Amino acid sequence: MVSGLINANPVVYQKKERRARNTPCDSDEYAVESIDQLEIFDILSLFLDIKDPEHPYSLEELKVITEDAVEVDDGLSYVRVTFTPTVEHCSMATIIGLCLRVKLMRSLPSRYKVDIRVAPGSHATEAAVNKQLNDKERVAAALENPNLLDMVDECLAPSYS
Amino acid sequence: MELLDGRFELKEIAKLEGHTDRVWSLAWNPATGVGGIPLVFASCSGDKTVRIWEQSPSSGSWNCKAVLEETHTRTVRSCAWSPNGKLLATASFDATTAIWENTGGDYECVSTLEGHENEIKSVAWNASGSLLATCSRDRTVWIWEVLPGNEYECVSVLQGHTQDVKMVQWHPTMDLLFSCSYDNTVKVWAGDDDNDDWHCVQTLDESNNGHSSTVWALSFNATGDKMVSCSDDLTLKIWETDETKLHSEAGYSPWRHTCTLSGYHDRTIFSVHWSRNGIIASGAADDAIRLFVENQEKGIDRSSFQLLFKKEKAHSMDVNSVQWSPGEKVLLASASDDGTIRIWELVPIS
Repeated sequence: MVSGLINANPVVYQKKERRARNTPCDSDEYAVESIDQLEIFDILSLFLDIKDPEHPYSLEELKVITEDAVEVDDGLSYVRVTFTPTVEHCSMATIIGLCLRVKLMRSLPSRYKVDIRVAPGSHATEAAVNKQLNDKERVAAALENPNLLDMVDECLAPSYS
Repeated sequence: MELLDGRFELKEIAKLEGHTDRVWSLAWNPATGVGGIPLVFASCSGDKTVRIWEQSPSSGSWNCKAVLEETHTRTVRSCAWSPNGKLLATASFDATTAIWENTGGDYECVSTLEGHENEIKSVAWNASGSLLATCSRDRTVWIWEVLPGNEYECVSVLQGHTQDVKMVQWHPTMDLLFSCSYDNTVKVWAGDDDNDDWHCVQTLDESNNGHSSTVWALSFNATGDKMVSCSDDLTLKIWETDETKLHSEAGYSPWRHTCTLSGYHDRTIFSVHWSRNGIIASGAADDAIRLFVENQEKGIDRSSFQLLFKKEKAHSMDVNSVQWSPGEKVLLASASDDGTIRIWELVPIS
């Protein structure tokens, strides 16, 4: 396994400056808890730091996911994340997708429905990858696999760089 | 109960907690709910356990009578009672199927069936209880013969599906096996006279109006001449066969698509169950349960179905399984990612 990274020379982009969150000091504790765009950006900022399984760069730096690629409808409790694998034949696409799903599962309230997909045209086996990422039985089975779970946890480990 | 004449709703009569992870599936013991025997069902979960629930004859409340644990080492995905209710089969992601014997409320694991390469997704008994079928992510369906002394012998390994097999189900009266898959198809399997040699006799796929994504489950009507399947393509499909031909010498008659129910659920439909009195219940990832009945209008050549009732927010997360009870009083049980099981009664809207 020493030889052959799938994408040995990825293009690395600058991290985008995040918008600051305006938190009112006199927030009403009894207000209905809803998730707004900024809050999703906060969660997003957490998972933008997910590391590419192959590289020390975060998914944001590789433009695998951008803020624009996250669609939220809090009223419908719905999130869709669209990510762009670095190369068309990226075999890590399902792992990256699994990491995104796990991160959202652990961060969002359980009422949320989450769809994960690769950007249209960005992957050679787009339909197959999307189908696998959204089959919850396969996801559940994958997360019972200790090796896969270790890999996911490693990808989700915060980078303190 | 004249279903089309009145309006009905599902009334929640119990919410059962105990599982510590998502509940994948449940199965009513077919030998209960009649002759004064209290209703019993089993539920299985991502918490690796199976729970046995019984309704108290006096109070009507539900109690967990047993927890079957420390046998399966991974998610228990599916469970099924033998027709006489004496044996419970449980299928697990740990690639084994366990057989539990029920002796007066105690459950003992009497056999473990090994052979599949990886996760088993479903297990089902045939109508006489002489055969058991299992299916797996390894793309195969296995048929096991039940021998004396808690012995199970694999009589056939059916290959044909090109992806995970999600569910197996036997025809209610004939030894015909149905399997549905991640490859978007339903396959029908028949054995020879000795039930030793099995082969695929029909594949229901997109070319004959079948599903365009994963088929998660299927169920038969009481007479066995109609079948409903549900899918990730957000539709339910009704299939029919010729009942007289089915029971003829040939023992098989092809199934044809007659009706597609679309525009109801808006996320994956995981479970469908046809009640003995003709109500189709469906449970989906949109957290809702829907009930459908066949239109009785004369002069319509092809069958059509209408929505009888929709229960939004039946659970707070995905509904994974819906099952009608046996017995005099028909109840519906549903199992969910929210870790609960709910029991529903169909009542007229007053």
